[in-house]
Amino acid sequence: MLAAYAPLLAWLVLVLVFVTGLLWVTDRIGRPRPATGKADTYECGMEPVGDAHRRFSVHYYLVAVLFILFDVEALFLILWALQARELGTPGLLEVGFFLAVLAVGWLHIWRRGGLEWDR
Amino acid sequence: MASLLAFLLFAGLAVVCALVALFHRSVVHSAFALLGTLLGVADLFLQLGADYLAMTQVLIYVGGILVLILFGLMLTPPDRRELRPARIFLGLAVTGAGALLFLTRMDSGAWKAAPLQELPDLANQASPTAEPIGLAFLERDSWLLAFEFASVILLAALVGAVFIARRRFRVDDEGA
Amino acid sequence: MDVPPLRTAVTILVGFGAMMSLAAGMTLVERRLSAFIQERYGPNRVGPFGLLQPLADLIKFVFKEELLPAGANPVLFKLAPALAAIPAMLTFAAIPFGFYDGRPIVVADMEIGVLYILAIGSLGVYGIILGGWASNNKYSLLGGLRASAQMVSYELSLVLSLVAVLAVTGDMNLSRIVLAQDSLWNVFTQPLACLVFLVTMFAETNRHPFDFAECEPELVGGFHTEYSGMRFALFFLGEYIAMVVMAALMAVLFFGGCDVPFLAIADTPWWAGALAMLAKTGFFLVLYVWVRWTLPRFRYDQLMWLGWRVLLPLSLLNLAVTGAWLALSGPAGPGGAH
Repeated sequence: MLAAYAPLLAWLVLVLVFVTGLLWVTDRIGRPRPATGKADTYECGMEPVGDAHRRFSVHYYLVAVLFILFDVEALFLILWALQARELGTPGLLEVGFFLAVLAVGWLHIWRRGGLEWDR
Repeated sequence: MASLLAFLLFAGLAVVCALVALFHRSVVHSAFALLGTLLGVADLFLQLGADYLAMTQVLIYVGGILVLILFGLMLTPPDRRELRPARIFLGLAVTGAGALLFLTRMDSGAWKAAPLQELPDLANQASPTAEPIGLAFLERDSWLLAFEFASVILLAALVGAVFIARRRFRVDDEGA
Repeated sequence: MDVPPLRTAVTILVGFGAMMSLAAGMTLVERRLSAFIQERYGPNRVGPFGLLQPLADLIKFVFKEELLPAGANPVLFKLAPALAAIPAMLTFAAIPFGFYDGRPIVVADMEIGVLYILAIGSLGVYGIILGGWASNNKYSLLGGLRASAQMVSYELSLVLSLVAVLAVTGDMNLSRIVLAQDSLWNVFTQPLACLVFLVTMFAETNRHPFDFAECEPELVGGFHTEYSGMRFALFFLGEYIAMVVMAALMAVLFFGGCDVPFLAIADTPWWAGALAMLAKTGFFLVLYVWVRWTLPRFRYDQLMWLGWRVLLPLSLLNLAVTGAWLALSGPAGPGGAH
C-alpha cells in the first residue's frame, strides 16, 4: 500500500525544487529599485489609517469551529460509507442515530442565529 | 531508503517547526510554525501504515484546528498579562507535569517507541486501514458506543460554540 | 503490483509538464474566451493565435521587480505565495488520466486518493491567510479572512457530497472509482452530489461567482493586493492548478474519468481514454470561464447562507437517502460490483 507514496515523495521534491528555484531566479533577476512612496500600502490611494491588524467579527471564529465539528463528523461517515452495503440495516440505524444527533445540533445553531452572517 | 529520507525530512520539519512555535516572539508566527509540526506528524502516521489517520490528521488538525487557532489569535487583542510570573509558572508546571508523565510512561507497554530500523519500508505491503477502522466502529460487540458517543460530544461542542459566539455578538458588533 | 521505475519517472515528468501546460493553457483560454464573450480579440499577437502568451507572461513575471510593502512581515510575506501554490501542485499527483498496460496513468495511485486530495487541498487556505496577514494592508487581511472562511465552509459540503459517492463505489481509490463507472457514470446515480460538487468547485477555487477574496470593487485586489512579480504569479498558478484539479476530479468522480461512452474501459486504447479524460476536464475548465461572464457575484452573507443552510443540509440529506438505498438493497445491491 505504501508503495504508492514513493512516487509522491519524488513529486513533492520536484514541486519544492520548482517553486524555490523559480523564486530564487526571480529574486536574483528582478532587482529592487526603491523609491519614495513605492512601498506604501495600497489602499485605493488613500493614506493608510491605523494598524492593518485589527480585530474582526467573531463570526469567522464560529465558522471555523462549526467546520471542524462537521468535518470530524464527515470523517466518521466516510468510514461507514465505504461499507454501507456490507453493514446493511444495522449499520444504517447506527449511522442514522449519529446523523440525527448532529442534525439536532445543526437545527440548534440555525435557531440561535449562528448561521446568520448579516447581523 | 526512500522511507528513511521521508522520515528525516518530515521528522526534521516537525521538530524545527515545534521549536519555532515554542520560541518565536510573535504568536502568529508560532501558529504558522505549527503547520509544519502537524504535517510532520501526519507523515509519521503514514509511514507507520496508518493512512486514514494520516489524512485525518491533515484534514482536521491542519485544515481545521489550525485555522481556528489563527482566527482566535487574530480575534483577540494581545494580552500583556500573559507575561506575569504567576502565569508563566503555571504554564511551566502544567507542561512539566505532562512531560514528566510522558517520559516515565514512554517505555512501558503500548507507548514503547519503535527503533528507527523497524520503520516500515515504503515498498512494503501494509494494508489500507479505512475499512478495518469502519468495521471496528460499527460492528456489534465493538466500539459502537464510542462511535455514537462521538456524535454527542460533537453536539455538546456545537452548542457551546454557538453560546460563546452569541454572547460575543453583543459585546462587539463590529462588522466585517 | 510493482510499476517499473522507468515508467514512474516518465509519469512524473510528463505529469508535471501536463500540469504546467494545463494551467498555462487555462490562463490563455480564460483570456481568449472572456474576450470572445465580450466581443474583443484578447491576446492574439504572441505566436499563432496567441499561443505563446503564457510563455511571454512567465518571462515578464520573472523580470518584474518585487515590492515589499512598508510594515509587511518579510519572511511570511515571501513564504505565502509558495504556500498557496504547493498544495495545489501536490493534489494533481493523485488524478488518474487513464489506463496504460492495465495500470492507471497516475503519479501516485493511493488507496485513499479522494481523502488525499481533500486533505492536501485544504492546505491552500494557509497561503491566502498568510498573504493577507503579512501584507499589512486592511483589504488584504479582510480578503484573506473572507476567502478562508468561504473555503472552509464549502469544503464541508464538498466532503459530504463526496461521502455519498464513496458509498456508491465503496472505494476511495480514484482509478478504481473510474473502473466502477465503466457501465454507468456516477452522475446518473448521484445527480444531487454532482450538483453540490459543481457549486463547491467554484467556491473552493475562489472563482466567480464566489470570488470574494479578490472582488475588486470592495477589496482592491484582496489578499494579493500588495504582491507583484513572480510571487503574484505564483498565487495565480496555484489557483489555476487548483481549478484544473477540481475539473479533473469532477470528471473522475462523476463523469467516468477516462471512460469513453458506450465503450468498455478495457477495450479502449490508452490514448483514447486519456483524450476523453482531457476533454471532460477541458469542458469543466471552460465552464469556469463561461460562468464567470454569465452570473453576477454573490453577496458575502448570501454565500454563507448558501453554504450553511442549503448545500450542507442538501448533501447530508443526499447522503442519508443514498445510505438507506444502499443498506436496504444489501451487498449485491444497485451498481453492486462487489
